[in-house]
Amino acid sequence: MTTTATEKGKILTANRLRDGEVVFLTHSGEWSENIDGAVLATEPQAQAALEARGKGDERVNLVTGTYLFDAERRDGHVFASHIKERIRSLGPTVRVDLGKQAEGKGGHFAALQGV
Amino acid sequence: MYRYDEFDSQFVNDRVSQFRDQANRRLTGELSEDEFRPLRLMNGLYLQLHAYMLRIAVPYGSLDSAKLNTLAYIAEKWDRGYGHFTTRQNLQFNWIKLEDTADILAKLAEVEMHAIQTSGNCIRNVTTDQWAGAAADEIADPRPIGELVRQWSSLHPEFSYLPRKFKIAVTGSPNDRAAVRVHDIGLRLHLNDRGERGWEVLVGGGLGRTPVIAVTVRDFLPEHELIAYLEAIMRVYNLYGRRDNKYKARIKILVHEIGAEKFRAEVETEYARRPHADTKVEERELQRISAYFAAPQFEKLPRWSATFEEARAKNKDFANWVRTNIAAHRADGYAIVNISLKPEGGIPGDATADQMRVVADLAQRYSFDEIRVSHHQNLVLPHVKRDDLFAIWKVLQASELATSNIGLAGDIIACPGLDYCSLATARSIPIAQSISRKFADLNRQHEIGPLRINISGCINACGHHHVAHIGILGLDKKGEEFYQITLGGSSADSASIGTILGPGFAGEDVPEAIEKIVNTYLARRQPGEEFLAAYRRLGPQPFKEALYAAA
Repeated sequence: MTTTATEKGKILTANRLRDGEVVFLTHSGEWSENIDGAVLATEPQAQAALEARGKGDERVNLVTGTYLFDAERRDGHVFASHIKERIRSLGPTVRVDLGKQAEGKGGHFAALQGV
Repeated sequence: MYRYDEFDSQFVNDRVSQFRDQANRRLTGELSEDEFRPLRLMNGLYLQLHAYMLRIAVPYGSLDSAKLNTLAYIAEKWDRGYGHFTTRQNLQFNWIKLEDTADILAKLAEVEMHAIQTSGNCIRNVTTDQWAGAAADEIADPRPIGELVRQWSSLHPEFSYLPRKFKIAVTGSPNDRAAVRVHDIGLRLHLNDRGERGWEVLVGGGLGRTPVIAVTVRDFLPEHELIAYLEAIMRVYNLYGRRDNKYKARIKILVHEIGAEKFRAEVETEYARRPHADTKVEERELQRISAYFAAPQFEKLPRWSATFEEARAKNKDFANWVRTNIAAHRADGYAIVNISLKPEGGIPGDATADQMRVVADLAQRYSFDEIRVSHHQNLVLPHVKRDDLFAIWKVLQASELATSNIGLAGDIIACPGLDYCSLATARSIPIAQSISRKFADLNRQHEIGPLRINISGCINACGHHHVAHIGILGLDKKGEEFYQITLGGSSADSASIGTILGPGFAGEDVPEAIEKIVNTYLARRQPGEEFLAAYRRLGPQPFKEALYAAA
């Protein structure tokens, strides 16, 4: 029996250039619309590598506005630390019928409901 | 409604094709993001939390059915079936793709619309009274001056790269509904003893992180001098406005730092220095513009409408709606209909494509094809026969557009906040929704009386929280949303900035806090005394005690 460790680290995100869709960099260097597909970099060196990769994809006009944010991985799912990134990975909390959360591409955490 | 001349059409169509080319060059990588960003912003295209956002100009808040139907069409074809009316009387779409934007702008151009002057450090879209040309208390329709300012300011080469954005508001009524005292420049119409028109020029108002009430630099500027004088103000600002610090770049900071007297002297010196002949507002030109805004041919009707009075006597819900949502019209037998975009638990300012079509259709049938957007994020049918009010109300009711809460607790202004906006520090809409549910009982709202609750999701104050009777500002405290409450603000004639009451609240505690404030007012008000008057008489103390007394 193994207990799943919680990994903390950073994820690289951006908006896809042609449509503005929120995307996350994956292990294979693709951009995923689903935060669970993101690669979590735990070491500063790995984080720097993600950033470099992101800048490269900005230069070839795949994405725009890349940056790292804090997240953790539990049971194979990625959880954004800050509410802003949780909203970006799901969609507006006031329209749960729209965005990633409605398209089966949402994160594995519950949408905030009301206040 | 202003109609494009050949020059306007050519110009807007040229802009669309320029943007199409720019967007293509961005998509193929010829332009970098740094090169492209200012170009897309000049066309109202922002990048927000979930997608691109397109902010479409509704100059001085005037629409007709063709324009509103086109917005509905765009909402369905290129967005997610709805749009958001803003405190700048504009409309925003939240789910736009860069690759579709040129097609959307081309569609807008077909109905003489665009997204120019909705972003960037230029003179923005002019805003005005949503009842312009209709209100009983109006001296004159302010929209011709709004249009004059638009024609002068649109892509004015000297004023396209100002230290910061610049907002002008115009009112033609002694009762200010355009919040002219909290704009960079506010223009307010007066008549002198001889019945001549002159404009009071107010400068240096604003909200954001430094809220300031404007100062009057001229009491009565003759109309033909208006553009020359505005130019003198813009030049002083362009020269002395701070470019070293974005947060100190608005004209309000300049006016504040050098003082109103010095600022006025600088403007007058500049004004006296320059030749006026080339910017004199010619009577002929003003008449040409005014003709576009000529009042519709109102029928000669009795003041009293039997149909209307009968319906009002028979139907309590209709009577309640009339009490709050109808305003006095300048012509006998007519009324101004205010359509609330604030249903209980709804998203302030959001309208679905279907709702837009319903309103467009009503405007065509009953309101001389005119629609207005208010800075309170509601819609207006400005010229409606009192005989038709009941029929209109029934149509609105069937589309969730007949909430009787204009100017009451449920008529909340809220910016998009952290649900959509990349600048936001906290969510605004859910707070508006929970307060609106807390005060769901419309009878109670009517009992409370006029109450303005405004919510901003960050210090930039798009939700105008500083000038609300009860203002709410959402902030981020170590990753958690929390909300600061201010009391006593107003954007009306006796404009004031609200005072922070004390420590902030978690989101879920805000509705209860608002309830305590309202109950304190109800317990202490004098007969007929409105919330703002009561607050001004009582001061913050009793409200503080109610909110922060040990539980």
